[in-house]
Formats: sequence, structure tokens, C-alpha cells
Amino acid sequence: MRPFTYERATSPADAVAKAASIPGARFIAGGTNLLDLMKLQIETPAHLIDVNGLGLDRIEDTAEGGLRIGALVRNTDLAADMRVRRHYGVLSRALVAGASGQLRNVATTAGNLLQRTRCPYFYDPNQPCNKRQPGSGCSAIGGVTRQLGVVGISDACIATHPSDMAVAMRVLDATVETVRPGGATRAIPIADLHRLPGDTPHVETTLERGELITAVTLPKPVGGAQLYHKVRDRASYAFALVSVAAIVQPDGPNGIAWGRVALGGVAPKPWRVEAAEAHMRQGAKDVTAVLLADARATADNRFKVKLAERTLAAVLIEARG
Amino acid sequence: MKFDTPAGTNPIDQLKVVGKATDRIDGPLKTTGTAPYAYERHGVVANQAYGFILGAGIAKGRITALDAAAARAVPGVIAVVTAENAGKLGKGKWNTAALLGGPEIQHYHQAVALVVAETFEQARDAAGLIRVAYQAENGAYDLAAARDGATVAKDEPDSAIGDFAGAFAAAPVRLDATYTTPDQGHAMMEPHATIAAWNGDKLTLWTSNQMINWGVKDVAQTLGMPEENIRLISPYIGGGFGGKLFVRSDALMAALGAKAAGRPVKVALTRPLMFNNTTHRPATIQRIRIGATRDGRITAIGHESWSGDLPGGKPETAVQQTRLLYAGANRLTAMRLAVLDLPEGNAMRAPGEAPGLMALEVAMDEMAEKLGMDPIQFRILNDTQEDPEKPGRPFSQRQLIACLQQGAQRFGWAKRNPKPASVREGRWLVGMGVAAGFRNNLVTKSAARVRLDGQGMVTVETDMTDIGTGTYTIIAQTAAETMGVPLDKVAVRLGDSGFPVSCGSGGQWGANNSTAGVYAACMKLRQAVARKLGFNAAEPRFADGQVSSGGHTVPLGQAARDGELVAEDMIEYGDLDKKYQQSTFAGHFVEVAVDVATGEVRLRRMLAVCAAGRILNPKSARSQVIGAMTMGAGAALMEELAVDKRRGFFVNHDLAGYEVPVHADIPHQEVVFLDEVDPISSPMKAKGVGELGICGVGAAVANAIYNATGVRVRDYPITLDKILDHLPDIA
Repeated sequence: MRPFTYERATSPADAVAKAASIPGARFIAGGTNLLDLMKLQIETPAHLIDVNGLGLDRIEDTAEGGLRIGALVRNTDLAADMRVRRHYGVLSRALVAGASGQLRNVATTAGNLLQRTRCPYFYDPNQPCNKRQPGSGCSAIGGVTRQLGVVGISDACIATHPSDMAVAMRVLDATVETVRPGGATRAIPIADLHRLPGDTPHVETTLERGELITAVTLPKPVGGAQLYHKVRDRASYAFALVSVAAIVQPDGPNGIAWGRVALGGVAPKPWRVEAAEAHMRQGAKDVTAVLLADARATADNRFKVKLAERTLAAVLIEARG
Repeated sequence: MKFDTPAGTNPIDQLKVVGKATDRIDGPLKTTGTAPYAYERHGVVANQAYGFILGAGIAKGRITALDAAAARAVPGVIAVVTAENAGKLGKGKWNTAALLGGPEIQHYHQAVALVVAETFEQARDAAGLIRVAYQAENGAYDLAAARDGATVAKDEPDSAIGDFAGAFAAAPVRLDATYTTPDQGHAMMEPHATIAAWNGDKLTLWTSNQMINWGVKDVAQTLGMPEENIRLISPYIGGGFGGKLFVRSDALMAALGAKAAGRPVKVALTRPLMFNNTTHRPATIQRIRIGATRDGRITAIGHESWSGDLPGGKPETAVQQTRLLYAGANRLTAMRLAVLDLPEGNAMRAPGEAPGLMALEVAMDEMAEKLGMDPIQFRILNDTQEDPEKPGRPFSQRQLIACLQQGAQRFGWAKRNPKPASVREGRWLVGMGVAAGFRNNLVTKSAARVRLDGQGMVTVETDMTDIGTGTYTIIAQTAAETMGVPLDKVAVRLGDSGFPVSCGSGGQWGANNSTAGVYAACMKLRQAVARKLGFNAAEPRFADGQVSSGGHTVPLGQAARDGELVAEDMIEYGDLDKKYQQSTFAGHFVEVAVDVATGEVRLRRMLAVCAAGRILNPKSARSQVIGAMTMGAGAALMEELAVDKRRGFFVNHDLAGYEVPVHADIPHQEVVFLDEVDPISSPMKAKGVGELGICGVGAAVANAIYNATGVRVRDYPITLDKILDHLPDIA
């Protein structure tokens, strides 16, 4: 960990102004990921701007009938919120499938979206990593890749995004609200928040320097059976090999009126291909064929393709009740 | 006390204290966080500075330049120790690679520098600023690729009885299968940690080490100083599993750092450093061949194992149990050792048997299926009451059949459907598996000193360690039983090289040998008490805090009214372990459910029935066994140090990447100890259970997965990707 200075921001506007003007500044919320990375000198911020006290910790109804989730709402609180449990069950289920109780008590909504990959090569400063050190190469490619990405990846990076929550938000068509230095706000569809690695895997989101996430909004509830199935090597406290977030509207016995699906554990971002959802009535095989049409797996992680299909099949069986 | 004839009746047989389920006497210290672990001993010596180790960034090669200027310039930095300024260092007997690398690098994360600073944060920051340039060399990191070049290891010759090849070729029913087990990490809670302080040329190390006397010797050898100038203190250890049998870089670097800084220095290994800097259980490739008659009698049994280690290292002795577990006139075992440039392989809980049984006991399951026999019946049919390599040499006790039969009854084995993949409960495929557990009982000398004061308080001192196993309590029970006092009249002091040399903690030998040593010292103290009190009768009675003889009864403390009575003795062994094979046995039973869609394996029930001599404290013995069963489940299902075969290191070097079971993975666990006393093992008539508990568990899980799914996985860990392709379609 490099030495750093620290201050508490007094307002979102204050936070973004400081972030834009102080070189090497980073926001810190729960810190569950950032502090670990600082200890390993993977993240070396010169200045931390604490955004915990900005009042961004409320969950409010929106005029459109949805929910506005403050950026600082803790994962535990979000998962337990009765409105979330009643109308956005996939989100609640995804949250409690992630991390541990202790971490969820501290981890925040925005921090969860912005957590960094758990690729072991990213985590080892001795190994080349284009995400950690642009241009140094990707040592994961050709190495131990069982946990790594199969789709949306590039020759520069095959890391996955580790979040469970974000996969549920993607299937819920959430929108990320931000404030930029200068005070302008914008709304980013969650589909556009995370970038694919391409040649610049170190650029992970479309946020600008100093831009602060203030909230995530959910549109009005869409109903349906909302399921999150996370597959992992141990029963708890592990990142997904594959996860499936699905919203399915059953249609009579064994039928499906419509459905949405996003995958975790397979790509550098929550992986959803809307075109695949047209095949929901045909079943998991057809949906997955489109979802993972561009998959480029390794010998070690090829199983994820089949696992995604079979997990979705199990989810559809469960959704049809 | 020389133990060279089977034990007769002795004071331990009273079983007033020994053999009773007893809470840990150190429990309150543990539960209140006041047991002093090495890194937290802030008060033992003033002015402690902090050391932080930098590990090598390559697996093999040389340092061409090491620039620590930026590190030295960090405020608070006191010293930077590297091979260049550390002076001449030797290598401990128990270390394969040097603990401080440079210029030669022998493995990834070998220590190359220690930064000492006023604060931990300063030391860590500065360590990250050291720039090391390497000339990397090609190394061998792939066991399968190195297998053909593997050779017979020193002191590990093949064993051959009868005509294995001929008998195997002639056997009407044959199995020839190859299994692999991966590298595994100890992953104990407490990292390796040491505080070092010099006083002139005398060195004190407050550390976390299972084997105090080995540690003293190896520190002396490494630093080139006399043993008598070294003191090791390690009263509490937060888990070791074999990872703390040896002096590691925390101790050496703390000593070097303290010398360089001119003040005490504390060093703990960070979690990411532990997996590659220290030792691990080496991966194995195991080929097992079993030939049998059609009615299930084994006529030929062969077990070959390949493993790798750094030059000068040792093989994983995975064939060990196969020499003793089953009958069969024609036998072969062989180990081959390849040179690998991965970190040092060494002992981890039940070295040899743990991975060996993961293969052998699956082979037995496969063979039973070929024979159309129940796997328990097949094992019972091939039981042997004598060493199959040395007919006429009996086992001291061998209740494997009882373990299996009692286990079968308790577990409801009769309800198992022998046809694989035939039990379905909703989305779960359900199956049961069994395996035999086997681990040898090792006897080795162990000394203790016992003090009696005027209040009748008995204090035991020995350099024995308690690595979380419950040693404090069984030693207190032993002293209480022998001296005839209640448990709260015994104080136990462990883990200090100033105390008599014990067996230490390892190889599940600790419980039997260390308590036997304490028993020997207590028997000597009884003599001193009798002499002091003028009791001439041969056998005064020690009970209820009093001593009685010839109609006189006096409080025990009266013997020390003029001053403390002190007795010291050692248990030493004759050749009973040559005349008798001493081993411990278990039947492990597991029920699993496998998700038909995803192949996720979830344990449902586990049972171990153990026969391991007298159980000194059933409560802590049970804790040992359920912990070992948990570790066995981890080995079966998830634990694997993933090797980067290009770069030569274990990639998943933290507890997010190296997965061990969490609570949600472990179901109800039942442990049963059969009534057994083993008068051949020691005056305690005890053996050990701490390793028996892991031996066979992995195979029982694998066999249960096969029964549930019909998928036979021979490569551990049995992760879902190895099952997925063979599961039925779901729609």
C-alpha cells in the first residue's frame, strides 16, 4: 500500500470537483475491493475521497413506479428491502448469492458495479497484465483460465466481471445515474456502463474521470418469475463459474410467454443478448446458442458454455413451476 | 522410562480423568482472544519493529540486480536485508530450498528481501518499491511431463513380494487404473509469524512452530550459531497441518532483520505469499493394479506413484498404506520422484496416506464393482491381521472390519442402491460411498518435567506444542490421572525450547507420545513424593489430591512443603513397533447429492467410525476427526493449487482462489470411536486420530459421486466440469 491522503466529501458536487482536480484521486465507499487492491499495490491512489456520508443511502420510489437505489445503499440493506424482495426478486437473490454476510454489510451498490476482476493474474503484480499495466501483455491467456471469460473477451484480456448484483440489474434494465465534474448529471443504461476490453482492458467503464455514480434506478416492475442461479465449486463464498439471472413469464403449463436472461461469470460484463430472448419458448439450448454464439473458450473453461445452457434449462424448469 | 514390553495395568487405566470428554483447559483463552499467538506478543520485548518479506517474481533463475534505494528512502525504514548483506547462511536439515533466495532463485515467492520499518505499513510500502531484475531460466513445472524422467528416491526403494507381474497377468479379474491428486496447500488460519530479538549473541524467537527442537537445530544450522544460544517459544499455534513442522522464512528473516535493525523485529507471511513461499502437499500420479480371483480374493496388488519436488527433495509417499492395508500374496509398490521447480513439497496432514487412499480406495470400489461384490464385503474379505509383507508380524490392533460393519449399520448402508445413477430426489442424484481409513501409529521418544508445589499444584513443562489439537488438555488429564489430582490442580506449559524435548506435533504421533512422556515424568514424581513422605510401600495410592500408604493418608502437597519437588523423564521405545505393526483404522461413509443440471456436488451426511487405541479426550478427538473429514471433503471436491506450467507457480495464491470448504459445504458429521486399548503402543495405550480422520474421506466422496451419477472421476478435485458431460439431458 502506498501512502495516500484522505478526506470526506461534503456533497456529490464536492466529491466530483475534488476527484477532477486532485491527481490520483479515487472515491472510496465500502472499500471491500479497493483496500485489498491497495494492499497489493495494484491500486495506488494518491488520495481517497470518502463518499459514505453523502446521503446517497436511501431507496426511494420513482414517479415512474420503479425504485431509485442510492449509490451507497449497502448490499445487505438492498437485498432485504421489501420492495426489492417483492418486485425485483432476481436482484435480492443475486445479492445474497454474493460474497459473505460481513462483506455485504459494508459493500455498496455503486461499489459492487465498479469492483474489479478477480483474475488471479491481475491480482499478482509479478505477472504481466494489460488491465493492471497497459501494454504488458496478458499472462492469463495460455495459463490457468478455468474461472475466466468465454465471451466478450479479447486477445488483450480474458477477465470476467465478478459481480452477481450487476447481472440481476442488467436483466432488470437498470439505469445508472451519475454526476460529473462541473455538476452535470446523466443516466447510463447499465448495458452501457461496462466496456468490453478490446485493446484497452484497463478502461473498464464509460464513466469519465471524476464521475460519481449517485444512484441506480429500476424501471417499474415487470412481474414474472425472477430467479438467480449461481453455480460454483463450493456452496457459498465463491465467485460464479456461471450464473443465470432470469425473468420468465410462464404461459400455461410448461409454456413461456416471454423471458429475459443475463449471465454472470462468463464475460467482462454482465452478459445479455436481447436477441437471444426471442428463443425463450424454444428452450435453453436455443437461447444459449445465441447468447454464447461468439464464445471463444479455452480447454479449461469450455465447460462454461454447456454449464450455462444446463443452468438456464434448470432455471426455466423452476420458473415454469 | 523405557517402554519395551506391552503395557500392563497402570495408573492411567483408572480412567477417572483420562478418557472423559473434557473441555479444553485453554478454551477460555481461545474464546476470549487472549491466547498469545506469535505475531500478537507485543509485550514480550520492547521496541518491536515490523518486517515485510518480498517474494521472488520468477520461479527459477538469478537476480541480476536488486535496487532497494527507493525502499531505503521511505520514511521509517530501518533496514533492508537481502542475500547480499545477510552474511553466510546455512540451510536447515528440514529445508529443501534456501529460505532466503539470491542470487539464485529456486522457486516462486522465495524470499529475496526483508524490509524493516517502524510500522507495518511503511515496511509493506517500501517492499513494493524494491526493484529486482531477474535472469529467468527454464524450469520443470509439469508433473505429467516430467513423469518419464522421474527416478527412485533416496531411501525409498520399491517393495516387491512374490511375483506381482505374473499373478496380475494370471488374475481372472483385473483393474489397472491411474489416478491423480493435485498440489494442495495447508491454508491454516494463522500465518507463519515470528518475533525475533537478540540479546548479545543469544536469539529468542517467539514463533509458530510444531516442532520446537527441530526448529532450534535448524535455526542454529542456518545461522551458524550454537543451539544453546537459541530459544524458541511457541505456546499457541493457529493451525499447522504440517506447514509449520519446519523453520520457514518468517523466522529466519525476523532474526536477520532484528540483527540488521539492532532491535526486535516481527514478521508474518502475508496470505498471498504463503502458498508459494512455504511448503505444500505435492501432486501425485498413481497407477494401481489389482488382480483377484472371481470370488474376490486379491492375488496381486500393485501401487506406483509419481510426484515431484525441488532438487534434493522427497517423494509424496502415496503407496505407504498399500503395503499394509489388504491381503494378497503378490505385491509391488514403487515411488518415482521427478525434479520440479515448483515450491517445496513436504508434509501435509497424513502425508502419503491422504493422497494414497484417495486413489487406492477408489480402486477398491472399482474392483468391487468388477467383481459384482459389495465394496464393504470386498474389503472385509481381503482384511489381514498380519503385515502382508511380513507374515507372522501381527498388527497390534486391527479393527477395520468392525469399523466398516458398524459404520454400515449406523449409516444405513443396506439402503444403498448398488446400481449407479439410480436414486433421484427432485433435481438431485443421490449416492453413498465408503472407504477404509488407515494411518500408521508412530512411536518416538518424548520428555517432560513435572513440578509439585506445597499447595499440591502439579505443573507440567515440555516443549510439546498444541497446534489447536487439544494437547494442553490431554497432557493435563494425564498428569491429573497419574498424580491423583483434579484437572484444575494441573498447569501445563508447552512450546518452549527451555523445556524438555518432546515428540512435537506431527504425523498424529503427538497425543500418544507426548502424554506417555508426561506419564513417565509423573511416575518419577510419584517416586520422589513417596520418598519425601517416607512411604516405603512399593505402591502408594495417589487419589483425590492425597497420597496413602500403609494406613497413612496425607495431602499430596505435603511432599513439597519444604520446597518444590521436580521430576523429569522421557518415554523411550524398544522394538515393539518392529514386532508389531501399529496402525489406526477407520470406516468413512459419505452420502452426496449431485445437481443433475449443473453437476454441483453437495455432501449430505458423513460418518467416521474410528479404531485408534484409547481415546484420551473424546471431545477433542472428535473435533480432530470432524476437522479432518472437512479437509478430506475439501480435497475431494475443491482444493487444488493451480499450476501455471509456463511460469512455474501456484496461481490461486489466496483464500479467494484456493477454495477450502465453508460451513455451507459441510453437513452433519458423526464420529464413532470403537472401544480399543492398545497396550503395544505406549503406557497410555493410545494412538492418534488427527490424521486418521482425513485418510479415506476423499475416496468415500468420490465413490459416493460414482454411486450417485455413474461418473467415475479419477482426477481430483472432483469439480463439476469433470462430471457435466456425463449427466443426463434435462429439458
